[in-house]
Amino acid sequence: MELYELTVHELSDLIKEKKVSAVEITKSYLDRIEKIDSKVGSYLSVLGEDAVKKAMEVQEKIDKGEAKSPLSGIPVAIKDNICTEGIKTTCASKMLHNFVPPYNATIVKKLLDDNVVIIGKLNMDEFAMGGSTENSYFKPTKNPWDLERVPGGSSGGSATAVAANLTAFSLGSDTGGSIRQPASFCGVVGMKPTYGAVSRFGLVAFASSLDQIGPLTKDVTDCAIVLNCITGHDPMDSTSANVEYPDYTKALVNDVKGLRIGIPKEYMGEGINPEVRDAVLNAVEVLKKLGAQCEEFSLPLTEYAIPAYYLISSAEASSNLARYDGIKYGYRAEKYTDLLDLYKQTRSEGFGTEVKRRIMLGTYALSSGYYDAYYKKALQVRTLIKKGFDEAFEKYDIILGPTAPTTAYKLGEKVNNPLEMYLGDIYTVSVNIAGLPGLVVPCGFDSKGLPIGLQLIGKPFDESTLIQVGYTFEQNTDFNKRARIGGGL
Amino acid sequence: MKISKDIIEHVANLARLNLTEEEKSALASDMEQIISYVDKLNELDTSNVEPTNHVIPITNVFREDKAEASYPREKILANAPSSQDGCFKVPKIVE
Repeated sequence: MELYELTVHELSDLIKEKKVSAVEITKSYLDRIEKIDSKVGSYLSVLGEDAVKKAMEVQEKIDKGEAKSPLSGIPVAIKDNICTEGIKTTCASKMLHNFVPPYNATIVKKLLDDNVVIIGKLNMDEFAMGGSTENSYFKPTKNPWDLERVPGGSSGGSATAVAANLTAFSLGSDTGGSIRQPASFCGVVGMKPTYGAVSRFGLVAFASSLDQIGPLTKDVTDCAIVLNCITGHDPMDSTSANVEYPDYTKALVNDVKGLRIGIPKEYMGEGINPEVRDAVLNAVEVLKKLGAQCEEFSLPLTEYAIPAYYLISSAEASSNLARYDGIKYGYRAEKYTDLLDLYKQTRSEGFGTEVKRRIMLGTYALSSGYYDAYYKKALQVRTLIKKGFDEAFEKYDIILGPTAPTTAYKLGEKVNNPLEMYLGDIYTVSVNIAGLPGLVVPCGFDSKGLPIGLQLIGKPFDESTLIQVGYTFEQNTDFNKRARIGGGL
Repeated sequence: MKISKDIIEHVANLARLNLTEEEKSALASDMEQIISYVDKLNELDTSNVEPTNHVIPITNVFREDKAEASYPREKILANAPSSQDGCFKVPKIVE
């Protein structure tokens, strides 16, 4: 067994027992990256020597008894839209190709306070807009299970780095499914926490009312450990929730007896690949045998979630991305006639096709004469979608369903058809619209051997129940073990 | 709904984008397709429904009015495409 194959909690145990050092672990991952990442393309930047130096410092602290967190000495890789002081943060865009943040995102600070070792920054769809990581300005990322297929997106680098054992865990961001869908496509565990549970300070904004940072890990135990570190109120983020955050590792309990689980019939009908459907139904049977009460119910507004999502997210994006003007940081066009033309030329050259498409859609939806018909309408539908979930949670402890209608598709297959790409988000966007937590765990493989992820949706701030169900499922099936083969690489 | 070239040019100006002729026609057809899809929302009656901007009920987040250290100027200017005498440099805007 190589060190890079182990989970965070396994590595942490070895560190505590003084069987391995943080330096050995970091080097194990760096060697693996050196060998494998040219095939997968998870990383946009790798911190070689700097990471080893940091690991040495951390090991000294561990030896002195000053670093006792379960994350101390553990390597992490971070999606490239999360600001890291002194480390390039590009959002996979030409616009920020040279941007070096002068500060750390709050979650980066929290991770560093726990003495993690940052080993690199991860590829993504430009500004997190996309579902395949093909929209990166720099390069596409490949799915380690089949290098001709996409890893999902937008956190494609974050999912593949965990799946291919190129990091112990990673951080991603999820605006409409960007953690959960790639976790499903790559066979890893991914959590989008409740809106407001994790600070967004230092996360480059895409759609501020939907964005949330979350962990991608090798198992559910690791997910709970990372959540313990990154959740919490932050005065630097005015939408951060000032509530009590529990110890999520207390929810690592192998028991679902009496839990009420609802399965939306709209998630299991038209449009879903039969192999994905079978894997989800099998998961339902597993949980039933373990004593959970499962039943189908109706979330009738499911089909309205995607149109509402694309209006809200694009409108917010068009406003958030107005800041990229070539003045204070990032790319500036070389040729322009005056200040206005500097803005326009910079933005036209700095943004890629999908980003421009969303800015145009969002600007249109917010423009005079169309605001009520599109943006306001979408926010009203948001109220109705949220109400649908509120009512469901009066009857159920969690909601269960698929993550994506299909398994990973081939590179290039959907890149020229934006609407078809958007429709792949059908089971994930509602969770962001309603601000709920969602956990994805591996629940099967299709006939091509590609992973399938089960999505568990919880009440606001009830990540613990999701962890309990995810953990129980993981302990009573062998899907996690079968998914833990580094994608076969 | 038809998205004309005029609309595309108007919206592109609002969004501060210079689009090529090729981009304009591709965006017109993409947006027409997407807008006709999102028009689906009109099937729902929302006449008495309040819009939800944010899902968690937080309003008026205040903090103490306390002076704190700001970032050093040179650290902020380090990312500027062009700077001079401790300022961001832009093309001349006043004649």
